Amino acid sequence: MAWARKILRVNLTKGTCADEALNMEWAQKYLGQRGLATKYLTEEIDPKVDPLSPDNKMIMATGPLTGTCASTAGRYSVVTKGALTGAIACSNSGGFFGNEMKNAGYDMIIFEGKAAKPVYLLVQDGSAELLDAAEYWGTSCWNTEEGIKEKHGDPLLRVASIGISGEKGIKFACIVNDMHRAAGRSGVGTVMGSKNLKAVAIRGTLGVRVDNVDAFMSSVIAGKAVLAENAVTGQGLPAFGTQVLMNVINETGALPTHNHRDVQFAGANNISAEAMAIPRESDGKPNLVTNGACFGCTIACGRVSTIDRTHYTVRDRPEYQKASGGLEYEAAWALGAATGVDDLDALTFANFICNEQGFDPISFGATVGAAMEMFEDGTITTEQTGGMELKFGSAEALTTLAEQCGKGEGFGAEIGLGSKLLCAKYGRPELSMSVKGQEFPAYDSRGIQGMGLAYATSNRGACHLRGYTVASEILGIPEKTDPLVTEGKAGLVKAFQDATAVVDSAGICVFTTFAWSMDDIAPQIDAACEGDWSVENCMAAGERIWNLERKFNLDAGFTGKDDNLPARLLKDAAKTGPAKGKTNGLDIMLPEYYAARGWTTEGIPSNETLNRVAL
Amino acid sequence: MKVRVKLYAMLADYLPAGAVKNEVDVELPEGTAVSEALASLQMPIEQCHLVLVNGVFIAPSERSARRLAEGDALAVWPPVAGG
Repeated sequence: MAWARKILRVNLTKGTCADEALNMEWAQKYLGQRGLATKYLTEEIDPKVDPLSPDNKMIMATGPLTGTCASTAGRYSVVTKGALTGAIACSNSGGFFGNEMKNAGYDMIIFEGKAAKPVYLLVQDGSAELLDAAEYWGTSCWNTEEGIKEKHGDPLLRVASIGISGEKGIKFACIVNDMHRAAGRSGVGTVMGSKNLKAVAIRGTLGVRVDNVDAFMSSVIAGKAVLAENAVTGQGLPAFGTQVLMNVINETGALPTHNHRDVQFAGANNISAEAMAIPRESDGKPNLVTNGACFGCTIACGRVSTIDRTHYTVRDRPEYQKASGGLEYEAAWALGAATGVDDLDALTFANFICNEQGFDPISFGATVGAAMEMFEDGTITTEQTGGMELKFGSAEALTTLAEQCGKGEGFGAEIGLGSKLLCAKYGRPELSMSVKGQEFPAYDSRGIQGMGLAYATSNRGACHLRGYTVASEILGIPEKTDPLVTEGKAGLVKAFQDATAVVDSAGICVFTTFAWSMDDIAPQIDAACEGDWSVENCMAAGERIWNLERKFNLDAGFTGKDDNLPARLLKDAAKTGPAKGKTNGLDIMLPEYYAARGWTTEGIPSNETLNRVAL
Repeated sequence: MKVRVKLYAMLADYLPAGAVKNEVDVELPEGTAVSEALASLQMPIEQCHLVLVNGVFIAPSERSARRLAEGDALAVWPPVAGG
């Protein structure tokens, strides 16, 4: 129960769609979504495969709770070998697509091979077919989604698609579903584009059954009460969204600014949640129109925004004057502080373009920041940029590059290499603020020490969502720890990583963990699924999944030496704020982390550990 | 002494007159404790979750002992999160 017990296998080379039974033995060990899809991927591909070759596979996977009435239970993940990183990639998205996929009768869809010409997959209640996507190729995610709904006369179809950026091989292309939600990181959209797969459209009405209905309803109701009564999930997130962090992280001196040269941004308040609520001079309305929720979510942190109609980006472009997906904190940081741009409307416009053309605003903004540093020191000139003055703080440069990157044109196509390849191309590899090829999100690890370890050891490259110790180190959830010390951070990072792997494998949103502990989550999984899903067994599954991902990366050619941070964070001390004079203490934390994981001093899981986690 | 007060999210409602972009300089007696400063601003203490002085977290148990000094920045948030 909870699992649909069925997989759809789509061979794009042959043009076939076939159902097969879900491996329930694996489901009992890897739960679903992130964990179970990773198990399938690691069993089916050579870890050394070129991410963009037809031999790489891409899996869209739901969790056992996806499509149930548990709060936030609409999640799905895309698991593949990442185009940006060459590491295991797992990008998680909300919206409504995941629920639809589960209700169409599938736990996951495995895509293999490469179509001879652009296609899209149409799935309706247990039936599937590949259709010609010629009319959508070369168009945006927004046009593709609207076009497919119109063609099939079904506005209730849920669509996940790539934009032109994914077709053109931008390394950090996303898969966008429901117009504004995205499987955003690591270049999963680039892999989809390499397979000539433009979109997946799904309609599902079959329902999801759970194992123990009474126990499930009791645990779900209890869980929703916890979320409603918690000040963060019940009040803070719906009212202010994730963007409330902008001023928090700036004040604590951990807001990476100007490609991590600085840790505080003078313009932070201008691009914050508070700024989004201030009425504009032109029409008296604020940037923020309302909040929004994904399927089944009782938090509703999403932002819906408009751009000032007098702003240069939209003045003559009414198509961008409508309300659309607004800034979340990570995007606002990358498009803003990383580039030194504090023009809220310019950031909102760039964010719209990221959604429209399907590319990751974090990697995009961070790479623009690296390019701006290279422009300011003369490494890149107007000869390369096509005459553009690529200076920190230039809103015009940011929005121009967003439009170019979205279409794979001009210097925007160079930005689309990602910072690692771009900086290497221009002979300045040290200026790429990334780990395993993926750009940092919005927390400077000189001011939040544990995040340095979380970034260095994240299996998908630098990422805040693999182990969000910011919750403890800054926000005091579940309890406050000192962000400026390394002591205790190895265990903290491991605990966050393992617990998050469970959440990402269950079908629910990681934001529930601002209120829920595993004591709230495990009973919901246990009631929905066959088997023993006690807190202990859930955490054991989380640790197993983490080690499975690690093993894939080691087999792909990564080593412990890749568990590292750029020299800037290890040698250049923070210049201002509470962390002034500090660098990240990764050299202290990493050996402690390896020991806590039961890995060798080279970062390899020992045989004893592999046996313990049943790998 | 002058202290820079910064109040965010729903606590912005408690900003004294003259605040710009969530910040205002407030005149306080020398040696005012953090807890006394919060009280003088008529802040709802149960909502003062994240209290920072010059960016450093002050735990609830330390707020009456921690004295403010000229030029300090006192920043306060209700329970918030993101990511």
